[in-house]
Amino acid sequence: MTNPKAIILSGYGLNCEEETAFAFQLAGAKTDIVHINDLIAGIKKLANYQILAVPGGFSYGDDTGSGKAYSNKLRNHLKEDLQNFLAKDKLAIGICNGFQILTNLNVVPGALTFNDNARYTVRWVDLKAADNSRMATRINPGKAAQAVQNSISPWLTGITKLSLPIAHGEGKFIADKQTLQKLKDQNAIAFTYDKGEICRYQSLPANPNGATQDIAGVLGYNGRVLGMMPHPERAVFFTQLPNWPMLKEKLVRANKPLPSFGPGLQIFKNAVGYFL
Amino acid sequence: MPTRINIKYRVPDARARAKKKYFQSLGLSGQIQDVAIADSYTIDTKLSEKQIAKAQELLTNPLLEISSLTMPAPEKFSFVAEISFLPGVTDNAGNTAKETLEDGLRIKFKPGENVYSSQAIFVEIKNGKPADWAKDAQTITDSLYNPLIQKAVVLNFNQYQKNNGLPLNLPKVKLGKTPKPVKINLNIPDTELAQLGKQGILNADGTRRGPLSLDLDSLKTIRDYFNRQGRQPTDVELESLAQTWSEHCKHTIFADPLDEVEKGLYKTYIKGATEKIREQKNKHNRDFCVSVFTDNSGAIEFDDDYLITHKVETHNSPSALDPFGGAITGIVGVNRDALGFGLGAKPVINVYGYCLADPRDKTELFRDAEKTQKMLSARRIMEGVVAGVNAGGNQSGIPTNQGTICFDPRYRGKPLVFAGTVGLIPKKIGKKLSHLKKAEPGDYIVMAGGRVGLDGIHGATFSSEALDKGSPAGAVQIGDPITQKKMSDALVKEARQKNLYNSITDDGAGGLSSSVAEMATQSGGCEVWLDKVPLKYPGLSPWQIWISESQERMTLAVPKNKWKEFSALMKRRGVEATIIGKFTNSGKCAVKFGKQKVVDINMEFLHNGRPSKTQHSETIEKKYPDPEISGSPCSAGQWLSLLSQPNIAGFGFISSQYDYEVQGGSVLKPLQGAGLINADASVTRPVLTSKKGVVLAYGLTPAYSDINTYNMAACAIDTAIRAAVAAGANVDYMALLDNFCWCSSNEPEKLYQLKQAAKACYDYATAFGTPFISGKDSMFNDFKGFDNAGCPVKISIPPTLLISAIGIVPDIAKTVSLDAKMPGDYIYLLGETHNELGGSEFLKMSGELGNNAPAVDAEKNLKLYRAFYRAAQQNLAASAISVNKGGLAAALAKALMGGNLGGEINLGKISGSAKADYTMLYSESQGRILATVNPKKAKIFEKLMEGNAFAKIGIVKNSGVITVNGTAGKNFIKLEIKDALEAYRSTFKDY
Repeated sequence: MTNPKAIILSGYGLNCEEETAFAFQLAGAKTDIVHINDLIAGIKKLANYQILAVPGGFSYGDDTGSGKAYSNKLRNHLKEDLQNFLAKDKLAIGICNGFQILTNLNVVPGALTFNDNARYTVRWVDLKAADNSRMATRINPGKAAQAVQNSISPWLTGITKLSLPIAHGEGKFIADKQTLQKLKDQNAIAFTYDKGEICRYQSLPANPNGATQDIAGVLGYNGRVLGMMPHPERAVFFTQLPNWPMLKEKLVRANKPLPSFGPGLQIFKNAVGYFL
Repeated sequence: MPTRINIKYRVPDARARAKKKYFQSLGLSGQIQDVAIADSYTIDTKLSEKQIAKAQELLTNPLLEISSLTMPAPEKFSFVAEISFLPGVTDNAGNTAKETLEDGLRIKFKPGENVYSSQAIFVEIKNGKPADWAKDAQTITDSLYNPLIQKAVVLNFNQYQKNNGLPLNLPKVKLGKTPKPVKINLNIPDTELAQLGKQGILNADGTRRGPLSLDLDSLKTIRDYFNRQGRQPTDVELESLAQTWSEHCKHTIFADPLDEVEKGLYKTYIKGATEKIREQKNKHNRDFCVSVFTDNSGAIEFDDDYLITHKVETHNSPSALDPFGGAITGIVGVNRDALGFGLGAKPVINVYGYCLADPRDKTELFRDAEKTQKMLSARRIMEGVVAGVNAGGNQSGIPTNQGTICFDPRYRGKPLVFAGTVGLIPKKIGKKLSHLKKAEPGDYIVMAGGRVGLDGIHGATFSSEALDKGSPAGAVQIGDPITQKKMSDALVKEARQKNLYNSITDDGAGGLSSSVAEMATQSGGCEVWLDKVPLKYPGLSPWQIWISESQERMTLAVPKNKWKEFSALMKRRGVEATIIGKFTNSGKCAVKFGKQKVVDINMEFLHNGRPSKTQHSETIEKKYPDPEISGSPCSAGQWLSLLSQPNIAGFGFISSQYDYEVQGGSVLKPLQGAGLINADASVTRPVLTSKKGVVLAYGLTPAYSDINTYNMAACAIDTAIRAAVAAGANVDYMALLDNFCWCSSNEPEKLYQLKQAAKACYDYATAFGTPFISGKDSMFNDFKGFDNAGCPVKISIPPTLLISAIGIVPDIAKTVSLDAKMPGDYIYLLGETHNELGGSEFLKMSGELGNNAPAVDAEKNLKLYRAFYRAAQQNLAASAISVNKGGLAAALAKALMGGNLGGEINLGKISGSAKADYTMLYSESQGRILATVNPKKAKIFEKLMEGNAFAKIGIVKNSGVITVNGTAGKNFIKLEIKDALEAYRSTFKDY
């Protein structure tokens, strides 16, 4: 079995492609950062990859609405390629601006609008992952059954909670009642904001943007597509945590070594593991 | 027929809610009942009905928005204000809409056709007297737009009904026929010549073009040159020389002789310090400088593979007129100083510093005696500046890890906006050393990125003058971060590695006239074809094209045989790149417009022809009375009030709206600990595969300038170094940047103050062994205008020096955050405390200045900083914070609020000559670090500190209270941490 290849999109103001590629590499994937125009021109082919990542950033400066202009470009030129990719047993992730792009494309349900404080907000959040125990009833048949057995989504294997940073102005998730119900029924709410370790440490409210039902990330295509506002690629090292100096002090006094990695890495490892 | 597509939110619009709250804070007569927002795109091209429907689909997210061709006005509203851009002002949303429509409809807009964005804000006012609503409408509208760049159409409900809605928004640029270059007669009387220099070239209609900022001597030198050539200069030549010789570009005040300093302040004190330090370090093979003062940024060695660059700019004058535009242009502009370093460094960290008037300052200022040109309020300036860096930094995907704000009423007329960028570049690109570049004769001159418009004309000469009524509004530009991001990625992530160009520099002050002429020194000349330069709109004069400061542009030297590949790559990345001439070795700067030669100047004269001027200073020594401190100034109340002073209070509202996590390198963040305390130093990991880190810190101490600028500069340097050291940096691997912002710099007393500060820079940089690698100065930060009574006022900033420190640490995990961590840890105060309350925040609270500005003992401090670095390398300091503004009281509170803990302090143990409790708490003596240490490690720590002044002054408690023992008795102060946090956060809680 060979390590999967991940394509990380770039161009027009997306800006997290390098650290996202780095996180995938750290997890064992081979990565290519590909400008959307090179996909359009056929220089690179989506079909040659197993994992698609639409990273964070500020495509088109959020002008005309976050993610809208970039998703239009994808839809105008790459609709079929994208449909073919998603129809296969492959994985996709949209992070922050990437999530906004995926919602504009209807690849994952819902929409993202201005934070309740109407301001670009940077902080750390605690997340609760979708309830894995419910998975017993919905195991996907097929090749990837092994990986899916433990989780509703290959992206979430082994994750119950984790802390990650956010940085967005339009991150409030909303959806109509029907969609929300469907998300619940299908157990497709990947992450909800939660009052956990970091919120308690820094006395912050759990929900940073007013998201409906505290939704931070959702799933599509039977869990194979994950869209999320928080940035797992910014939490792959221990020293990225906001409380690492405190944790370090405790570990040093207990004569324990410092860990190298951070909680976000597991998401990328899960994606790579799905293909191994 | 233009089409107007209007979009409103179908879900609650958080922007409208925020505006409602903001409007209510403006002090209106009525109350705001409701606010509704509609965004409009006016599409100025012919579309079929089907195309219009598709356009609506492309511009609307149906889950969030509804679009319509008629304005979705609410049923009830008192008035509507539609805000749109003036002709020619960068309209980013309009440009994106245009690109979306071209791509989605597969159409091409004709030249001159555009999409224009606008926003209509419907406001319903209730209560109050309807008669006053018009005034309320005016107040609200004023808060929504800046008349220098935007237009507001305001209609009340009845007018709106009568007019059938809002008028169409079509801000087309209409310029006359392209004006021809003209010859300027310089053989005129001195008075006329002086007027030409001050107010600019006379237009045909009798108006003047705006300042050339050339003094009489310079103009005479130019006259003599052209007399020798046997002809008159063209207007383009004169404008070009004005740009190149401007204070802004040539730093004449720093360059020219001053008193006994014959080689000028810069060569003697700044560059001189660096040369001496490098010589010293070279003896031990420890010189880490790679490129200093010669390029757009300075560079030091990061590791075996990479260089780190740094540059800090000032963008003051435009920020006074349009704070948002000024600040966004400042940050994206300094990003280009990274892109323009060597063969192009990738921007990896942004920093900012704002010197402002307290936003609560209600002073009204006007640019004219008739009071028709009102300056923006202090609050508007702060909000605009903060928002500008938010837009510029966040959209560019560069983390803003470090920043500061500093308040003084004298920044009211001219706010200072510092913006800096750290860059990363591999040492070698292929076989070339990346920090060297050379345009070769025959290379194409290529302009990449944005197009040229009227923006920023006379920016370089304008910032060399005081701000007054005649200051050109055209000097304001608005950045477009995404256009720059596309260019930046295409250049430093692709074209650079493919070795597609020989040289690169940014188009900043002076536009092409500066960038091309500067690069032409590498090849020995240039020939420019101005008519090939892509324009935003037709009708620009050759001189305007040549000096325009339109943003997002880089100038490159592309070899002929690489052009095809370069051009194709840029096209694929959506970046416009155009050949606008070629580099030559003719010894001439030659510029043509069509067939006409408009510039033909010897390179030597252009760059070195400026006559130097001997400057003279006049010594001033000021003495102030030392205030009597009576009563008992040491109370919890006093301490709390200190923590809420604007210069000490938390500004988390800024830090937390600037993305400091992007690129994944954040280690020590701008807000630290459980208490989210603003830190004076940050640590970033710019290469994710390396454990090495970049430590950034700053020193900004204008409060001491009124007493003594020598001490002020010494303190700024020590403060910057100390903050970095407290975070775990090595003083022996640290470089500095200097940014002087002075006022009235042609006055002998100000020149004396400048000389003293520059001398301190030399003395302390050499004493610490920290070389300057880059700098920038801004010499005329004076506002000349009128007060509320129409009386003339001049407001000059206090002499200000921002010192930025940049250090490289071998292991990011050894860096130290400011928050105290464990109850039971010992609290150490390292360094000596003396009676140095002069210029302190403590005295300022009672309206006093004092006379004892802190002095710096570099020898002692250097020894201490080296010892502390060794302690940090051994993980001995659980926390550390530099003691600066607000003295021990502020540092102690920050460390313990940071850990959300408490502590017991004994002032009696403190080292130094300070005696009184208040001196020990509030003196701002330099060279001090407050650290907490695990008791089990105390012995080793103290051993390491041997030979330095230090004292164990207390213990960390889990009590939520700081208690202090002093001469006034046991526990004479009890400060609740939760009260302290509240005070610390109170000042800016509504921002």
